[in-house]
Amino acid sequence: MATPPVKVYGPPLSTAVSRVLVCLLEKDVPFQLVPVNMAKMEHKKPDYVKMQPFGQVPAFQDDDITLFESRAICRYLAEKYPNKGTAGLFGTNPLVKASIDQWLEAESQSFNPPSSVLTFQLFFAPLMKLKQDEALIKQNEAKLEKVLDVYENRLGSSRYLAGDEFTLADLSHLPNTQFLVEKTDKAELFTSRKNVGRWWSEISTRPAWKKVVEMQNA
Amino acid sequence: MAIKLYGTAASTNVLRVMACLAEKELDYEFVNVNMSNKEHKSPEFLSRNPFGQVPAFEDGDLKLFESRAITQYLAHTYPDNGTNLIIHDPKKMAIVGVWIEVEAQKFDRFGSKLAWELAYKPMFGLTTDETVVEEHEKNLEQVLDVYESRLSESKYLGGDCFTLADLHHLPVLKYLFGTKAKRLFDARPHVSAWAADIQSRPAWVKAITA
Repeated sequence: MATPPVKVYGPPLSTAVSRVLVCLLEKDVPFQLVPVNMAKMEHKKPDYVKMQPFGQVPAFQDDDITLFESRAICRYLAEKYPNKGTAGLFGTNPLVKASIDQWLEAESQSFNPPSSVLTFQLFFAPLMKLKQDEALIKQNEAKLEKVLDVYENRLGSSRYLAGDEFTLADLSHLPNTQFLVEKTDKAELFTSRKNVGRWWSEISTRPAWKKVVEMQNA
Repeated sequence: MAIKLYGTAASTNVLRVMACLAEKELDYEFVNVNMSNKEHKSPEFLSRNPFGQVPAFEDGDLKLFESRAITQYLAHTYPDNGTNLIIHDPKKMAIVGVWIEVEAQKFDRFGSKLAWELAYKPMFGLTTDETVVEEHEKNLEQVLDVYESRLSESKYLGGDCFTLADLHHLPVLKYLFGTKAKRLFDARPHVSAWAADIQSRPAWVKAITA
């Protein structure tokens, strides 16, 4: 089999890397996952920084273009392959696209900051034997609850965030939520909210995401 | 008027949309939201932005929130009006998309916190926290080092021409340039030249002078 032109650099356990992986799998786009040894600081070495100037994962290549920032990569994939795999990830017309973009931005600006802090503090810090910051955990839990209250309301009248179909807006939530629900004691934030719980259960059992979780656990 | 923008002109997120509307030369109605009266938390406003934040936006029947979703909508829906803020070549637009995310994820994170400490707090009679300022300046400098490198090979962040990737920075730049944080930009020649260039664009000057 020929080497796929698409390459993703980084470990599947990284939330940003897994965001790209689930998008590729939803779109049925073949790719090669290239390991990056972060313990050995490979992501800070010149060869890697050439691809990702902030020295972070993922980096992404498709033929002759190199991209970074997981949400930019997802948008690129959804636009390049609108009819491959799961269609409509980024909408089939400009009005739907605007609505998806709105909720993808909400994920990026409102959901991601507190959920990332909690994921780091509660899952990665113990793993890396770093001290947890209780005040930070409390502060960000409160922030996340406010966001989830908005989601609870929204998902009471909409099956998915942007409408009736699963889109990039929902997909983007998978990585952080997976850690919080499965690997920390904060699952209740999601499961105690009826509509959010229902939504999480639907999006997290999609085959593409289950495959990414398998890759993370490998 | 079909296009309505709800918010306050002091907000960086509202200014981001105003900058875009100005570049696109689109007429719109500005509806002031009285934030000191907590109007942004009223049920009526929450139906426009469920997070209770500004801006909120409408174009005919379409209602949107999140400034960067609004600017993308405008840039794609009105390609022939005013300045072209996107690139039609998909590969080139993918690169623009990367730097749009860099502003959203990296520049804004530290830039807007610095703007809060150095520009907004004094406006509200609150005390600036210098420890927080020092920390955010360090973080912003790391981001600006990457910008310096990028802008030494590319005239604008997304490529050869001015796009949303550059425009999205204007509101935070406006506030930071009125504070001691300006020195972080001045210290980097390509960043400095780029910041001067985009801030002198007639549409932006008009938008903030009105």
